[in-house]
Amino acid sequence: MSAPTLDRPTDEAALQRQFEATIAADRRVEPRDWMPEGYRRTLIRQIAQHAHSEIIGMQPEGDWLLAAPSLRRKAILLAKVQDEAGHGMYLYSAAETLGADRADLTDKLIEKKQKYSSIFNYPTLTYADVGVIGWLVDGAAICNQVPLCRSSYGPYARAMIRVCKEESFHQRQGYELLMTMMRGTPEQRAMVQDAVDRWWWPSLMMFGPPDDDSPNSAQSMAWGIKRHSNDELRQRYVDMTVPQAEFLGVTLPDPELRLDPDTGRHRFGAIDWSEFKAVLAGNGPCNDERIARRRAARDDNAWVTEAATAYAEKHAGAVA
Amino acid sequence: MSTDVTAEGGHGAVPTGPEVPTTPAPSVSRRDWPLYEVFVRGKRGLNHVHVGSLHAPDDEMAVHAARDVYTRRNEGVSIWVVKAADITASSPDEKDPMFAPSGDKVYRHPTFYEIPENVPHM
Repeated sequence: MSAPTLDRPTDEAALQRQFEATIAADRRVEPRDWMPEGYRRTLIRQIAQHAHSEIIGMQPEGDWLLAAPSLRRKAILLAKVQDEAGHGMYLYSAAETLGADRADLTDKLIEKKQKYSSIFNYPTLTYADVGVIGWLVDGAAICNQVPLCRSSYGPYARAMIRVCKEESFHQRQGYELLMTMMRGTPEQRAMVQDAVDRWWWPSLMMFGPPDDDSPNSAQSMAWGIKRHSNDELRQRYVDMTVPQAEFLGVTLPDPELRLDPDTGRHRFGAIDWSEFKAVLAGNGPCNDERIARRRAARDDNAWVTEAATAYAEKHAGAVA
Repeated sequence: MSTDVTAEGGHGAVPTGPEVPTTPAPSVSRRDWPLYEVFVRGKRGLNHVHVGSLHAPDDEMAVHAARDVYTRRNEGVSIWVVKAADITASSPDEKDPMFAPSGDKVYRHPTFYEIPENVPHM
């Protein structure tokens, strides 16, 4: 559906007031409503990059599909990776309601004009990484995504509800995998600890820079796109995860991590933001590899798309 | 940090500042598969409900793709797909004239009628 065309002269100020009233009343904005250009652009950026993260996120775990230790684990991992593709599709669908073009968004990803989450630029070195990604990376994603189910933009919020329902499976399969390994040999337990050591800090970075270094957050909060600050979400994640680590029997690699008895919340050490900036700027361990594979998927499979188009054109009308 | 990076990019912080382009550029070399809207009946006895959209080369492929994208966990027993271009919708700008006729007909609602409380089963 194209953007609405107006038959009568528009009173932009009245439309703006109507939009603000919708936001103030915590009602949802729907695709054909008038919305400020800044709101539309902020949403396209965020939803597109969220979609890209889901699509690129298939790669680190996909690397273990052919090396999963049992048919059961392989079936679970396949289902999980397929879900990530599905999540990407829900989100591209939401972005398109704002006037973005799906194929164009993929081009922007491949040309590195739009980003995806920096977490997917780290390699999965052992099979334990599959478990730790489910537990920590998807656990952090759940913290981010649950509040998005109440985002002010209707199609985004509805996509997130679907995503969150499936994300719980992702986290639980990861944690169960790790519990199984922790019951195994000393080597298997060491493998889990090593994976936790490598993924813990990057998972904290998933929440973005500290609030005082997040200049435009206030606007996103005012628009109801964003519901909680970066630091608030990070704190929630740490408080949720520490007891899970204790139960599992692993050590989180932060000597300063401790429970503050006054607040009941956990204090943790300083995050190395220079690493985050470097990875985001394209200098993480796997940035080039991830994009190269996405580019190959687009280009090498172009003939399939063309064949399907040719088939559809040949049979157009015949079915009707 | 020069740009705004927000946590709420789902799987992690992504830049959301104005340097990230959002305007669609026409794709040159590729096909444009039509956009289909997807409706799923969750179970028998319920209406089909809109769940999202996808691109497909034809109707049949759209149904197959809709099954993979929207019903991986028994979310549906029936799927409808329709080309988005074939949908006619009321315009949000006509909100008042379009729906006003039902707004002032309060007598169409049961609460309009005052019935004494001791009348049974009403």
